[in-house]
Amino acid sequence: MIGIIDYHLNNLRSVQKAFEKVGAESFISDQPEALAGADKLVLPGVGAFGKAMDNLRTLGLDAVIRRSVGEGKPLLGICLGMQLLFTRSDEGGSFDGFDFIRGEIKQFPSTVKVPHIGWNQIDIRRDAPLLRAVTDHSFVYFVHSYYAVPEEDVALCTTDYALPFTSVVQKENISGIQFHPEKSQTTGLRMLANFAGVGDRHAVIGAL
Amino acid sequence: MLAKRIIPCLDVDRGRVVKGTNFVDLVDAGDPIEQAKYYTAEGADELVFLDITASSDNRATMLDVVRRTAEEVFIPFTIGGGIRTTADMREMLRSGADKIAINTAAVSTPELVSEGADRFGVQCIVVAVDAKQIAPGQWRVFVNGGRTSTPLDVIEWVQMVESLGAGEILLTSMDRDGTKDGYDVELLRRVASAVRIPVIASGGAGTLEHLYAALHDGHADAVLAASIFHFRRHTIAEAKDYLRSKHIIMRH
Repeated sequence: MIGIIDYHLNNLRSVQKAFEKVGAESFISDQPEALAGADKLVLPGVGAFGKAMDNLRTLGLDAVIRRSVGEGKPLLGICLGMQLLFTRSDEGGSFDGFDFIRGEIKQFPSTVKVPHIGWNQIDIRRDAPLLRAVTDHSFVYFVHSYYAVPEEDVALCTTDYALPFTSVVQKENISGIQFHPEKSQTTGLRMLANFAGVGDRHAVIGAL
Repeated sequence: MLAKRIIPCLDVDRGRVVKGTNFVDLVDAGDPIEQAKYYTAEGADELVFLDITASSDNRATMLDVVRRTAEEVFIPFTIGGGIRTTADMREMLRSGADKIAINTAAVSTPELVSEGADRFGVQCIVVAVDAKQIAPGQWRVFVNGGRTSTPLDVIEWVQMVESLGAGEILLTSMDRDGTKDGYDVELLRRVASAVRIPVIASGGAGTLEHLYAALHDGHADAVLAASIFHFRRHTIAEAKDYLRSKHIIMRH
């Protein structure tokens, strides 16, 4: 069972519906005890970095995330949720993240439109189970103003926007997707199916 | 490379899709969820639902449309019409909408833009601007579905909402809306060069060339269109093939 972490900022319904579509069971909760019982955790997210970490702490969810990761449970961060996996962000000040992956979150330069909104391509740098049945250069849906700069070799995909930035990461049981897989039609659903371990549903997704 | 977007717009009245010509003379054109699925399968990059009834007793109907769409459609969609408070925004977002378009409420309560952006992120907040030309090179902001004039200059207004935290501008030319004579390219170009956030062109699409003009000459990031697709004069796939042949980057 996949636990979707509700920290009172995000649109969780779409993520849950996407898992449902690929045949994976999930539940949404803001309760540490309930989430501790999940086999895998998803940290979605839309909103501001500092506020997100605040809410996670206030709700006592940061501890359960750290503990689950320590136990080796898979954790998937989506969009802001991926950014929270890193050391620090300079969004609206300087805020500490989980530091599961060493690196910083930076704002796109002023040479391009910000937010980066729309369908852009992923260039696969390293293959991984998360990318099973995903075609190189597929278009996926992005909405973000900040991007991750890892200080470790964790990039599975990069995307070009002003510069090549890291769009999918994986480090052991921790993975992150900067775009919105739940809004990226077939490609995104495939990745969620891969994370959920229901990759055999790809035929169903292909028919969407 | 970032692709330009094609966004079908579904005008929803009491749970049904309708399309007006110059905001009146409505023709029923079907079930919103069925249309949303159809357009998604055809290659739509995003969807916009405009709740044109927008009365408070209609809220439950619209929330139901949002919930059902979120169950079936895995591309982003925006809800506009009748959103007046951050509580309204939250309700729509929690039901599965990705973005909220505000128009009249942004003019009467500009703090709604900044509060919405603070609370839900700038990417959620689309400010819809109904623009009417009042002199050469000059456009005025209208509200209440285009019925009420405001003292606001369009260029000054889009810059203001950008500074308040709008994530995108949905720019409708009232002069062109429903005419099928093409987007107001001049207006688009002015607005696109005045702000750094993406601009969605709306109002006047009648041919595929019009889509090209808005994206290429008007520097729009996306084109919103209704009747050109609703009445099957063109499919989205045809539009994308055409635009690709003109070297516009499109998602495949």
